[in-house]
Amino acid sequence: MRPLRLVWIYPDLLSTYGDRGNALVLERRARLRGIPVEIIEVNSDQQVPRDGDIYLMGGGEDLPQTLATRRLLADGGLHAAAERGAVVFAVCAGYQMMGVEFGGADDTPVRGLGLLDISSGRGERRAVGEIVADVDPGLNVGRLTGFENHQGVTRLGPGVRPLARTEIGTGNGDGTEGSYAGRVLGTYLHGPALVRNPNLADLLLFWAVGPLPPLPPEAEQLAKQLRAERLAAASPQ
Amino acid sequence: MDANTHHRTRLPIRAKLATTVGDAAASVSRLAGKGDGSVIGGRIGLRLEPDLLSLLAAGRQVVLVTGTNGKTTTTRLITAALAPLGGQIASNIYGANMDAGAVSALSRTPDARIAVLETDEKYIPSMVQATSARVVTLLNLSRDQMDRAAEIWLLARRWREALTAAPDCRVVANADDPLVAWSAGGSPQVTWVAAGQAWREDSWCCPNCGAHLQRDGDDWSCRECGLRRPPVSWMLYDDEVIDPSGRSTPLELALPGRANRANAVVALAVADAFGVRLAQALREVRGVTSVAGRYTQVSRRGVDIRLLLAKNPAGWLEALDVVAPPPAPVLLAVNANGPDGRDTSWLWDVDFRRLRGRTILVGGERRLDLAVRLEADEVQFRLVSSIDEAVDAVKPESANLEVLANYTAFQQYRTALGRVQ
Repeated sequence: MRPLRLVWIYPDLLSTYGDRGNALVLERRARLRGIPVEIIEVNSDQQVPRDGDIYLMGGGEDLPQTLATRRLLADGGLHAAAERGAVVFAVCAGYQMMGVEFGGADDTPVRGLGLLDISSGRGERRAVGEIVADVDPGLNVGRLTGFENHQGVTRLGPGVRPLARTEIGTGNGDGTEGSYAGRVLGTYLHGPALVRNPNLADLLLFWAVGPLPPLPPEAEQLAKQLRAERLAAASPQ
Repeated sequence: MDANTHHRTRLPIRAKLATTVGDAAASVSRLAGKGDGSVIGGRIGLRLEPDLLSLLAAGRQVVLVTGTNGKTTTTRLITAALAPLGGQIASNIYGANMDAGAVSALSRTPDARIAVLETDEKYIPSMVQATSARVVTLLNLSRDQMDRAAEIWLLARRWREALTAAPDCRVVANADDPLVAWSAGGSPQVTWVAAGQAWREDSWCCPNCGAHLQRDGDDWSCRECGLRRPPVSWMLYDDEVIDPSGRSTPLELALPGRANRANAVVALAVADAFGVRLAQALREVRGVTSVAGRYTQVSRRGVDIRLLLAKNPAGWLEALDVVAPPPAPVLLAVNANGPDGRDTSWLWDVDFRRLRGRTILVGGERRLDLAVRLEADEVQFRLVSSIDEAVDAVKPESANLEVLANYTAFQQYRTALGRVQ
């Protein structure tokens, strides 16, 4: 069986937030189902492969975010992959970059990758803390739990659906969190997001390889306990 | 100056009042058992007289020590290395490293002509200016408490601006850390130290132009803009220090680990800037055996426990190197309170695979996050809910226990074990 190719984009610029965890969790959940996985780290001076199955893009600071966007626009590999139907999962700065535009270092608008119909800018306050959100029922993921840390707010255009409705926390800033279109999905959640939300990890895997058998309960027990603890901690007493 | 003349009597009235009230508050705080009183005393002082820091620093030679990791230890080592100069040295030895802590340290030791102040990374610009610092020590810069700390590229820019605007200040900087080297690059007086860099995940790209850096061992350079590692005058080489004359001397420190050897070399370079001879400075530095409860050994019901503190991925990388080899059991503990950083995503930036095949215990308030992390790295472990439970678990098989914990988890264990000095 050919390995599932996870492509991690520019970890040298965009990985300030434990983003490696998203790759590790996807790899683990695929491997436990008998699917071999290859994780490919693409640095910012290398070409983005066009034949990946799942592309991951993480969080970072303003200047690296702008630099990464410029390089990806020049490179074209991620766009080619998305057009082919590859799965793209982007977090925080990565999520903002996916849009039509986002706020740069002094909040001047920077042209984004245009892979999601969103635009982002600097909000009034920094949103920091645990976030709980109910995912679009059509995705069958359930509740999201995670930690957000961003000053950006994101406006959703008609070409995307919100990923979830926020119950606790800020997310995009208008009562929703994250957004997706086709197999391209972005979120503000850290934790990392796929560690805290195994169902979200499985959604991405499902998009990449089709229906999956469930994992044996003991393989998920700790993650489930963590989720329960985090949801309880986030809810008002 | 007359040794009996208190520095404080030369302060304007309002400043004197501010220090007196501040000191009183600090005493009350100590007596009430709420820490050492540094921060509250200093805070009150500053509210009464905002220029208090400048006034207290006037006429003294101030050394500021900053970096993501190693500030407290290096501050202690520098203070020791300067001891041969004679006289008191003011220092915020308990690690209260923002402006209030500095005020408190300076006001507590009014006769000290030299002050060595641990300084939080975000406070370097204001502290350099307020104290007219004579020496600023830049150790390293990496990710830490992402929900509290300003972003590191931004911090590096602020350091560079602050230091370039302070040409009379000597910078002692780690040449092996590209972010640090760039921060110091605009200063006319720099002592470059090859202190090494184990954690590289925050310096893949050039801080000047953003291009991917070329690396070859400790050497680094940018192909696009030409920024490169500067030539050094001090170097850590294995467990020896090489000084500007090219001579190498074994360090033979009491403190363990590579990171502390690096901190020691930096301290020796600072002492040299003050005219202290290497042999004398080294003797003092060798005499430092513990810092704020770290590396200390405590006995608990027959088990010897060694406490190690690590707060972020770079710190954990170095600490995992210091931990005793198997079969010594290891207790890892993680909290996520304010001072720790409230998010635990950073755990996924630490590579735990080297802990496979040994006895690992997992504690702290966020032990489930740590458990899921270890599970992903295929490290077997057992969850514990207190240090005593850990002691009970290892007692049958081992006479010692290594403990690696982050900030508030570390403090909680220290308290539970009876405030280890």
